[in-house]
Amino acid sequence: MDIEVRWDWIRSHTDDIQRNTIEHLQLVGVSLAIAIALAIPLAVLVYRSRVAFGTTTAITGALYTVPSLAMFAFLLSIFDIGFGPAVAALVLYSLLILIRNAVVGLRSVPTPVRDAARGMGLTRLQTLLRVELPLAVPSIMAGIRITAVSTVGIATIAVFIGAGGLGELIYNDGVQRGLFLTPILAGAVIATAMAIIIDLLLVLAERLMTPWLRAARR
Amino acid sequence: MGAEHPTATRAARVELQGLGMRYQRDAAPAVEDLTLDVPAGEVCVLIGPSGCGKTTALKMINRLIEPTGGRVLIDGVDVRTRPVALLRRETGYVIQQVGLLPHLTIASNVATVPRLVGWDRRRIEMRTRELLTLVGLDPDEYADRYPAQLSGGQQQRVGLARALAADPPLMLMDEPFSAVDPITRHRLQLDFLRLHRAVPKTVIMVSHDIDEAVRMADRIAVMREGRLVQYAAPAELLARPADDFVSNLLGADRALKGLALIRLEETALRPVPAVRAGEPAGSVRERLARGDLEPVDGAFLVLGADGRPLGWWSEERLGGADAVPSPPPGGAEPLLDGITTLRDTLSALFGTGVDHGVVVDGEGRARGLVSAADIALHARGEGPMASRSAG
Repeated sequence: MDIEVRWDWIRSHTDDIQRNTIEHLQLVGVSLAIAIALAIPLAVLVYRSRVAFGTTTAITGALYTVPSLAMFAFLLSIFDIGFGPAVAALVLYSLLILIRNAVVGLRSVPTPVRDAARGMGLTRLQTLLRVELPLAVPSIMAGIRITAVSTVGIATIAVFIGAGGLGELIYNDGVQRGLFLTPILAGAVIATAMAIIIDLLLVLAERLMTPWLRAARR
Repeated sequence: MGAEHPTATRAARVELQGLGMRYQRDAAPAVEDLTLDVPAGEVCVLIGPSGCGKTTALKMINRLIEPTGGRVLIDGVDVRTRPVALLRRETGYVIQQVGLLPHLTIASNVATVPRLVGWDRRRIEMRTRELLTLVGLDPDEYADRYPAQLSGGQQQRVGLARALAADPPLMLMDEPFSAVDPITRHRLQLDFLRLHRAVPKTVIMVSHDIDEAVRMADRIAVMREGRLVQYAAPAELLARPADDFVSNLLGADRALKGLALIRLEETALRPVPAVRAGEPAGSVRERLARGDLEPVDGAFLVLGADGRPLGWWSEERLGGADAVPSPPPGGAEPLLDGITTLRDTLSALFGTGVDHGVVVDGEGRARGLVSAADIALHARGEGPMASRSAG
């Protein structure tokens, strides 16, 4: 194995690296957006019921434990190769943590706050939209951060169903060419940097959405 | 209190008619056949031991709990005929743990119900500032803070402002002052009474503190095991408890508690044996002879030229004097203002160790005398003070 980083390879492949990075971002972004759009309404549907929440956790938990390679292979056997099945797999992996965190957040509203809201004449929907969801933001955001970071990692496997992304650098350009280290390192470094940057952006977003938490600590 | 209220502000009459609540079919009812009539603008305190059903009764008024029997009328309208959200928006609700919305500023918290009922922004902002000022919080300083930045007492003030925001004719309060320290609690209670005089709402308050009930209530409803035991004005309750349960609840010092309900300004006082500093001895003797001056315990009260009491002067000294001397001020303690309660008066008399306290008006002029003996007689409905009974 060649330990030296071949900068000349990187220089001659900047277009590919850029394309793979954008594909990767698209995979992560689209799957995260779909996962959030599914998870929060689902959490809202089930958070009042122990049975419904238990069932949801059991199903999404089972999905979460499927080895990712097996998941991609399975999806490949039903659908065709490409972007769609990869996103589907990433969404399925995200649901457990997103739903569980959202439910924990929705349930964490203190009883006096809930009682006061009811006593003031907020309807159930108003209580959900104006009280429970805003107060669940820290917990929901914590779930999104974990999911985002792990999705950046898992998305590298999407290369096996032809969805592109940084997995192409790592597997096609690196592993399959006799463990050519340079593209493997490039893919890994970019994925790590992407995870860190996304996490920082999410922290910033959470801070902007929860001004009351910082005020309380002052 | 009720009669003094201006009629312009809205206050609702509340009637509970045979109200009952049974949580489980075979369990004892939490509330049974509860009938109460709370006149508009009065403060009614529901009191009793834990589990007596007082909170359940309160929550049936704004339908947080639906009764299994009887009905609640607000200004003659059965609450069950009204949409529950509208009923609650028109009923102020204050709870022990306050329950401010932690993610909203103080101003937004106060504005909750006005926003729900669709007031415009300008009106909401004006109302919010007005209410924060009313409950003793400077809007410039507090409006943009978050609940976690306020002390428990301040949070409860915000809770009160929030409940008052949409000007509800009825306020329901569930142990509103019991989660704060005793000093803050006392101040909140007095501030609430002041507020209630300014903005007279009908208030139904749950309490387990009999001193609070006596201090705040126009009427007290004593409950036990879901039933109403006695419903009366504090003075009536203290004077004639319906049974041993009520007198135990009132405590061994219930006679003293009764004295806390009466203020000196509401009683008739012993006349002051007043002599002027510098008044010729002859003039004093003349008035004595005419019978329009009568020493108290063999002494006169010397007043300055402005009518303020200076000190006591023994009648025995009259023989050897040309004129009434001018003692240095401070010899007539305790000086009591008209709003002092009889209970505090006793405390002041015992504290200074004198027989007579001097009751003064707003300008500090002597208006009358009061003694521990007078108060004792008053407690039995006798003596000079009883001629103008308090209410």
